[in-house]
Amino acid sequence: MKRRGFNKMLLGAGLALPAMSLFRDGVAYAQGAAGGLTAIINPEPPVLVLPINQQIPTGTIGGKIYESLLSYDFELKPQPQLAESWEISEDGLTYTFHLAKKAKWHDGKPFTSADVVFSCNVMLKEVHPRARGVFDRCESITAPDDHTVVFKLKAPFGPFLLAFETSSAPMAPKHIYEGTDYRKNPANDTPIGTGPFKLKEWSRGSHIHLVANEDYYLEGQPVLTEIFYKVVPDGASRSVAMETGEAQLSQFADIEPFDVPRLAAMPNLKMTTKGYEFFSPVLWYELNLRKKPFDDLRFRKAARLLLDPKFIVDKINFGLGKPATGPIASTTKFYDPNVTIYKTDVAAANALLDEMGLKKDANGVRTTIKFLVVPFGEFWTRLAEYFRQAMKQGGIEVVLETTDPGGFAQRVSNWEFDTTSNMLYQNGDPALGVARSYISSNIRKGVMFTNTEGYSNKEVDELFDRAAVLTSDKERAELYSKVQKILVDDLPVLWMTEQQFPTIHDARLENAIDTAIGVNGTFGRARWAS
Amino acid sequence: MSLAAIFSRVAGIVITIFVIATINFVLVRAAPGDPAAVIAGQSGATDEKFLAQVRAEYGLDQPYVVQLGAYLGKVATLDLGYSYRLRRPVKDLIAERLGPTLLLTLSAFLISLLGGVVFGALAGVRHGKISDLAISLLALILYATPVFWFGLMLVLLFSIKLEWLPAFGYVDMRAGSFGPFAYALDVLKHLCLPALTLGAIYMAMYARLMRASVIEVAAEDYIKTARAKGLTEGAILRGHMLRNASLPVITFAGLQVGAMIGGAVVVETVFSWPGLGRLIFDAVTSRDYPVLLGLFLVMSILVIAVNLLTDLIHRLVDPRLAVR
Repeated sequence: MKRRGFNKMLLGAGLALPAMSLFRDGVAYAQGAAGGLTAIINPEPPVLVLPINQQIPTGTIGGKIYESLLSYDFELKPQPQLAESWEISEDGLTYTFHLAKKAKWHDGKPFTSADVVFSCNVMLKEVHPRARGVFDRCESITAPDDHTVVFKLKAPFGPFLLAFETSSAPMAPKHIYEGTDYRKNPANDTPIGTGPFKLKEWSRGSHIHLVANEDYYLEGQPVLTEIFYKVVPDGASRSVAMETGEAQLSQFADIEPFDVPRLAAMPNLKMTTKGYEFFSPVLWYELNLRKKPFDDLRFRKAARLLLDPKFIVDKINFGLGKPATGPIASTTKFYDPNVTIYKTDVAAANALLDEMGLKKDANGVRTTIKFLVVPFGEFWTRLAEYFRQAMKQGGIEVVLETTDPGGFAQRVSNWEFDTTSNMLYQNGDPALGVARSYISSNIRKGVMFTNTEGYSNKEVDELFDRAAVLTSDKERAELYSKVQKILVDDLPVLWMTEQQFPTIHDARLENAIDTAIGVNGTFGRARWAS
Repeated sequence: MSLAAIFSRVAGIVITIFVIATINFVLVRAAPGDPAAVIAGQSGATDEKFLAQVRAEYGLDQPYVVQLGAYLGKVATLDLGYSYRLRRPVKDLIAERLGPTLLLTLSAFLISLLGGVVFGALAGVRHGKISDLAISLLALILYATPVFWFGLMLVLLFSIKLEWLPAFGYVDMRAGSFGPFAYALDVLKHLCLPALTLGAIYMAMYARLMRASVIEVAAEDYIKTARAKGLTEGAILRGHMLRNASLPVITFAGLQVGAMIGGAVVVETVFSWPGLGRLIFDAVTSRDYPVLLGLFLVMSILVIAVNLLTDLIHRLVDPRLAVR
């Protein structure tokens, strides 16, 4: 190339650069109420077929495609979804659901009671661990006519109506799955549900494109014409996406806590913590009770007295969430605040440790323990660092161990840890999401989210078991009050906070968060402010 | 090359691939955790039956030796297997990511090589002058800057402040309705920042290498001869110095390109680029063995291919090699 030619090229490039700004991604949405929505998804879900995969992002996107019989308001009261109405027999054994007559699958086939029976009685029992636990309680699931389903229970089960949340019991089409290998069914590439949005395109590693289901059975829904879920694996990039308007909705832990206050304060964005009531996660530090010195209640009390949940809320969570007083979240029905309250007290903690005979050595160290850091992001690392810092005040040296998601689940479920942190969803009811962490029948080696700390107390077992099979809320509340008192005194784990997730969205987006599962809901009513 | 030489070379490659495959298998399995544990850990609830189902699907209930045998058998028949996590054949997963990765890597490679050679030569020729100092300093800073941070700064400048280029992604999500030209332009726009980010650190390396090499070559006798016979400095640089000085850079770049293909994880993550690096990262964290092993295989083949290519380029640049 001659020099003059080269100079021309340089000049051309100089002119072209500013011109590029004209082609910048225009996200000038909000053309009336309809229009489309661009949301963030992270991590990318492995598949979208909610019946066979219940990882969190699958629930978020699958919740637009699939539905269950019910939805729940912010107080967790059941609301119609695929079931228009329902009755419960006096003895609490028979539940009858009347289905929406106009509901159809995305391929045009009608949705009927046969699909419900197939889903609950056959497919979910085979592929869905949580649904299996609930529907195994049924003696029979039958369909007297095309739009009626009758569940007969072997024994009463208090939270049965809470089992019909979308991720807990997503309805699967019988005509596609019956008699096939569910996991290998080629139709898994093109999920077929009854929800207000259908899958249009999945560009792996980039985005998932949903479009409105024109044949949706609820009048006037959906309002939005399409939803793009953009895969953004980097935390800083997710914040940038929200900031520039390239994405208009983020959920769960998408935005790192330190970025939340900044984004929430932006005039074009809004932040809400509503819509996570069904999950109501409680965060705790977990001590392996099979090992010394964690088996000693005095040690656990001392550790609890060294910790300050308020610090986690204010400094690690930047104000999101609130201190937890015990195993049951205050956002659910059976919460009882009248339990022993632990106030941070370093002197009392040291006294307890002295009493145990754990003497300080020359370096002021009583004992050295290990902490398995949860490998799911910045927040968990800070949580581990705080634990180390807090324990130091009692002369307890904490060595942090790192791992990755595969190693983490393996080690915790096989009880190969000293201490760690954990967070469990309550799934709307103590019998569904709380009891599992404390009852001794759920000490199951190799299985994650069970009683991994190894707590065993006959009285607690009995209270939880009895409360599950009662149907009267009043009677159940009494038993749960008792069990909360015992547990808080016994400290099987060190409860820290009721976590709240920030949902950040474009200030003009309305009605997206309208149920207790918020961002995992159908978005049928979501619309742009006109 | 004689037939025997070609044969021994191919045999060497095949053996290399099998050794790599075996080492990969052992290494991957040495890490704690398995796919069942990962899926369970991210689903919020699980039970024994579910874990057993997943393990049976992956064949993890078989003895290690049987699993290794089955895997090597698949490698021999070029069958990459099936990802039970993503419910798709590994072949498809890799094929759809290969394009974006090659686009990113090759652009970054070209940027780094051209930039490195040009700036390095410039600095070498002006050895000791201000411009040399400036280029060397800049190269040092770029070299020392963490890739993700450099990427974020570029985003901050070009996407947020100037609003010229998209912050991340491969193509606009509405690109399905674009014409071929608009589509290509859109990809190009998205490519700028990640390619520059990935290329920058290598460019810094090559510039430093090229500078040293030019300085060394400048002291050679044949340069003195060229100068003595009255050639201009520009002609000396183009005709006598560049070709000789760029040999070590090409050797080095050939070695680096393999690392570039696999090492773009950070850049692909920061810029949400749907490439192989991220697929590897996801496969590692989710212990998706078939995907991992398939990827390792494809990448070792890529690296071997690039090495062959580097050899060829060497022969072009330095004809003496072909004679030998």
